[in-house]
Amino acid sequence: MLRYTLRRLLGAIPTLFLVIVLAFLLVHAAPGGPFDDERTLPAEIEANIAAAYHLDEPLPMQFLRYLTGVMQGDFGPSYSYRDYTVSELIGRSFPVSVQLGILAMLLAAVSGVSLGVVAALNRHSALDKIVMGFAMTGISIPVFVIAPVLVLFLAVKLQWLPASWTGSEGALRLLLPVLSLALPQIAYIARLTRASLIEVLSSDFIRTARGQGLGTAAIVRYHALKPAMLPVLSYLGPAVAAVLTGSVVVEEIFGIPGLGQLFVRGSLNRDYTLVLGVVIFYAMLIVLLNLIVDLLYGAIDPRIRRR
Amino acid sequence: MSAVARIWARMRTSRTVVISGAILSAIALVAVIGPWISPNEYVAADFGNILRAPTLSAGHVFGTDDLGRDLFVRTMMGVQVTFAVAIVASVVSLVIGVLYGATAGFVGGRVDAVMMRLVDTLYATPFIFFVILLLVVFERNFLLIFVAIGAINWLDMARIVRGQTLSLREREFVQAAQLIGVSTPRIILRHIAPNLVGVVIVYVTLTIPQAILIESFLSFLGLGIQEPQTSLGKLVNDGTDQMEGASWMLLIPAMLLAAILLCFNFLGDGMRDLLDSRQSR
Repeated sequence: MLRYTLRRLLGAIPTLFLVIVLAFLLVHAAPGGPFDDERTLPAEIEANIAAAYHLDEPLPMQFLRYLTGVMQGDFGPSYSYRDYTVSELIGRSFPVSVQLGILAMLLAAVSGVSLGVVAALNRHSALDKIVMGFAMTGISIPVFVIAPVLVLFLAVKLQWLPASWTGSEGALRLLLPVLSLALPQIAYIARLTRASLIEVLSSDFIRTARGQGLGTAAIVRYHALKPAMLPVLSYLGPAVAAVLTGSVVVEEIFGIPGLGQLFVRGSLNRDYTLVLGVVIFYAMLIVLLNLIVDLLYGAIDPRIRRR
Repeated sequence: MSAVARIWARMRTSRTVVISGAILSAIALVAVIGPWISPNEYVAADFGNILRAPTLSAGHVFGTDDLGRDLFVRTMMGVQVTFAVAIVASVVSLVIGVLYGATAGFVGGRVDAVMMRLVDTLYATPFIFFVILLLVVFERNFLLIFVAIGAINWLDMARIVRGQTLSLREREFVQAAQLIGVSTPRIILRHIAPNLVGVVIVYVTLTIPQAILIESFLSFLGLGIQEPQTSLGKLVNDGTDQMEGASWMLLIPAMLLAAILLCFNFLGDGMRDLLDSRQSR
């Protein structure tokens, strides 16, 4: 297990490095500089500004400087939010997004697996068809269509739930954003669970268990569920990435001051350092979470470790 | 019968494929002809009918937006953009994916290992954020958005094509061809390529909804198609802003986008089932 862990850790480093290099080069290939303004400044002042931000150094030097900063958690100053560093902005908005993301993932995992098991056990029944129809719809319809339509019916028409983050308190304001984020993932996980459980249920060791006189409930609980969860587990990595992407629109729709909103605002304001920092932060997060999922997978399924 | 004709004949046996294909064709047809016969222009404002609900009498069947622009023409324009993305992005991902995957599969060995390792690495990178970065840094234009979307969707295609090529290379009929001295390019052309067509068509169909999703996601955030041009994602965003007084502005483009995505997903799923049933036999 230790060797497997080390190998996975080493595998994550080139990915992260590639992301940082690509993102850094992309931003530096931008036409014009961040301090190009309508009015022209005297040459000395421009040189001073460039020196203050190390823009006069050769690109490799700038990159090394940035990389050292990133490794120490310093993404530099923000261009559009004066007096704030990118790290401060990320640190302030990230907790909100984490809360949202964890709740959405929990909801998706629990209800997705339950729906999938129900559908698999009642294969070809009306219930199965309904669940799978719902899943197909959930997979096809993007978060930014689901969320406004939910708001329109549940918040504007029926007025059951608050429509926006500000101006409401407590758990209620979390309900619609979390639900919008979780729905597509519930759909994916339900489909995966169903397919994988059906496959496991048709394998030999389940037939043996049945032959010993075990009931369906016991078979699913003690024998089938664990192996059937493996594909679901490996989907958790992409699911986390999808929830992160989804949180960008959900936060925008509900006006939630999280990382996604920061990212969109930064993009629209062309705040290069902020966008660069958030992209790298997102990448680190995704790589880290994938690593955790991989390690979990290795812990549950020993066959994986030997590959 | 050619490979394409054989696939076409097969496609017609699946009800899912036929129905979703028919709905998509109908939507595409209306989107092309609709704006052409409609008396309204997509930029022209009808100041007497601002935020008018869908009505036949005023000539605005989908209503108008907050600037008095006809939503039927604008929505149909959004559908056109959606289909354009589907075509351009899938061609880009098809070309990159097939070339990359076939090369890795054919050459094999160390080259294959390195090429696939790169694909694995790219899989773990948050591409959508890169596209956003690209759009922040460079001027936003149609082509850049389309090509960028295609360029991030080729990974699946490359994997599938590689796997298929790898297994085809070991098959008896290829070995037989090699034995009787058929040249490698001819083997690729006559024996490998026709057997790839099915998989490639299925996976192109499956990447189309992803491409559409990314474009509408970007446009929804205001980073994609820019005014006065529009796309379904942008229309949904406009509708979100106006939903309290004008729910049609949200519901019509939202339902159309949902229908298109649903149909493409059903189409891809149905075609994959056809392919699977052929392979399992």
